[in-house]
Amino acid sequence: MISETLERYKSYFDAFEKSMNGESASAVHARRREAMKMFLELGFPSTKHEEWRFTNVTPISQTQFQPSTLSSIADVALSQIERFFLKEADGSRLVFIDGLFAPDLSSVDKKAQRITIDSLANALKGNVSAVETHLGTTAAFDENGFVALSTAFMYDGAFIHVPDNESVANPIQLLFIATGDSQPRVASPRNLVVVGKNAQVSIVEGYYHLRDQSYFTNSVSEIVVGSDSIVEFDRVINESDSAYHVSGIHIAQKASSVFTSNAISLSGLIIRNNVTAVLGGEHAECTLNGLSLGTGAELIDNHTAIDHASANCDSHELYKAILDGKSRGVFNGKIFVRKDAQKTDAKQTNKTLLLSDEAIMDTKPQLEIFADDVKCTHGATVGQLDDEQIFYLRARGISLDDARDLLTRAFALSVISKIRIEPLRKKLDTMLQEKLRHGRLENA
Amino acid sequence: MLEIRNLHTSVQGKEILKGVNLKVNAGEVHAIMGPNGSGKSTLAQVLAGRETYVVTKGQVIYKGNDLLEMDPEERAREGVFLAFQYPVEIPGVTNTYFLKAALNAIRKHRGLEELDAVEFIALMKKKTEILHIDNSLLSRPVNEGFSGGEKKKNEIFQMAVLEPQLSILDETDSGLDIDALRIVADGVNKLKTKENATIVVTHYQRLLNYIVPDFVHILVDGRFVHSGGKELALELEEKGYDWVKDPDTVSA
Repeated sequence: MISETLERYKSYFDAFEKSMNGESASAVHARRREAMKMFLELGFPSTKHEEWRFTNVTPISQTQFQPSTLSSIADVALSQIERFFLKEADGSRLVFIDGLFAPDLSSVDKKAQRITIDSLANALKGNVSAVETHLGTTAAFDENGFVALSTAFMYDGAFIHVPDNESVANPIQLLFIATGDSQPRVASPRNLVVVGKNAQVSIVEGYYHLRDQSYFTNSVSEIVVGSDSIVEFDRVINESDSAYHVSGIHIAQKASSVFTSNAISLSGLIIRNNVTAVLGGEHAECTLNGLSLGTGAELIDNHTAIDHASANCDSHELYKAILDGKSRGVFNGKIFVRKDAQKTDAKQTNKTLLLSDEAIMDTKPQLEIFADDVKCTHGATVGQLDDEQIFYLRARGISLDDARDLLTRAFALSVISKIRIEPLRKKLDTMLQEKLRHGRLENA
Repeated sequence: MLEIRNLHTSVQGKEILKGVNLKVNAGEVHAIMGPNGSGKSTLAQVLAGRETYVVTKGQVIYKGNDLLEMDPEERAREGVFLAFQYPVEIPGVTNTYFLKAALNAIRKHRGLEELDAVEFIALMKKKTEILHIDNSLLSRPVNEGFSGGEKKKNEIFQMAVLEPQLSILDETDSGLDIDALRIVADGVNKLKTKENATIVVTHYQRLLNYIVPDFVHILVDGRFVHSGGKELALELEEKGYDWVKDPDTVSA
């Protein structure tokens, strides 16, 4: 007995399967089928599930979203989306419209021949071994219904392969544009990033929209970081304020690798970001930072899980939230330190600024430590703007509204300043200032 | 410029100022001295517009207008400046950014063009030179991690940039070593003109060796019990506050 909702996704899956030709016999498709089976078992999580206690996803399960892979790509002109680009960043840019690759809007830097920057749909057509090995295996889909559903429909997204000893000079932009056309759609973008040994790449993932409609982004990124490599993966989530965004970022790190992610959640009715990092080699370093801006009835939920599976690894987390209106924020930070992961150094900080009396933050650190020689610290604060600071600014001639904006911006910039890509820092600061008006947070 | 008439204030129901009268003209330096808890800092904060203090009685007229009716930012734009006893740290906001926002808010209010980045940097450079202040201070977040002396110097620097008409220095000398005290006092003296006035609130006479007041007022238990010239500060230094604490021994 499965519900009407699951039945509907099953029939979409059947239609998706029929639309394939030879590919339905591939190993990747076998994973999709397995994932569909798993989704039918798991379904959408309810608030009875500990991991989803504060985030009710009923609006997502009850809306009849149609997978975008079943429609043809919407016609979008370059002029409609140029404002989402990073200025002065000359690297490659892949654009996806409702989750589907738009070659005419994309441009790939051809200089580095050994580096692959392509759409996943294209990569799936060739027999790429990195895809066979890592796609749908780095992101486990046996626990989370959203990952299972996304895996069942994985088809397009970015495929980035940086071989050993290669370095990508300019940041790669991945732009996911929701058109908000016609009937509500669900896009399941899948990014696969495979970085070899002693290699380096920076990637900026941006979610933007053309219209304020309801749609659903259910994205998964799988990132494999080889030993001694450096990867930065930044995210800008600026969905429509009627849209839902669920993401899974799954990172597998090898020895002495350095991974950093800065996730900036600017807009979306429900945003849920799950980040899972496995530190699978000694001296790996993982930094996860996040900034959430909530207003109206928005809900922004960040769940992180860092698995210290090897000794001598460091992890750092700084998650900040600014909540106004009736918005809600959730932070859940899990840190596992396995028995043999001695000399682990893990630091987790969660800070929230409440701009209204009705905004709510739920924060929960979750440390599970099985080694005895480790350093793990965590701290959480929830507060309002400081009256002393406001008075000090006003006593110098700055208006009450401007004082509030200035202090709120400073709170946010402490996360934005950690981004190493300068054009992105500038863009985010501009977007932040557009949202800060008269001492409040508003959607632009 | 400033006239305080029978000012009474309370905080959480407790009366702090119990009828303060004071007249300050342009070009004058007034020192307000008094023992701890006499209400000196309360008076300074009330003039700057701190909302935690409730004015229960009295009036404050500043340049012909009711000062108590104005928001703190309006007072600042009209030329009132409080050098804080405990300058507030503002992480993430550089001194330059903060001062540019403050100066332009004040200039806009006065109908002047806002300064652009280049003009502002030039002004900063000029002011740091006048006050002999290290300009590395400018790029640091406001007061964050500053030593006590640096915080007080930063207050005087802000005063130099904003060019107020009425400056109120609230215990600016507390916690300063003699070198820092000299720099702060030197700054105040350089900024003094015929058009502006200064109120120096202090517990000790020491600062008044460097900033010579025209008038000295002694505040005890929320009232001025004694007013006089600069020699009053020396007398107070010699005899101690016990001399003035019992109002019966003093004839104002």
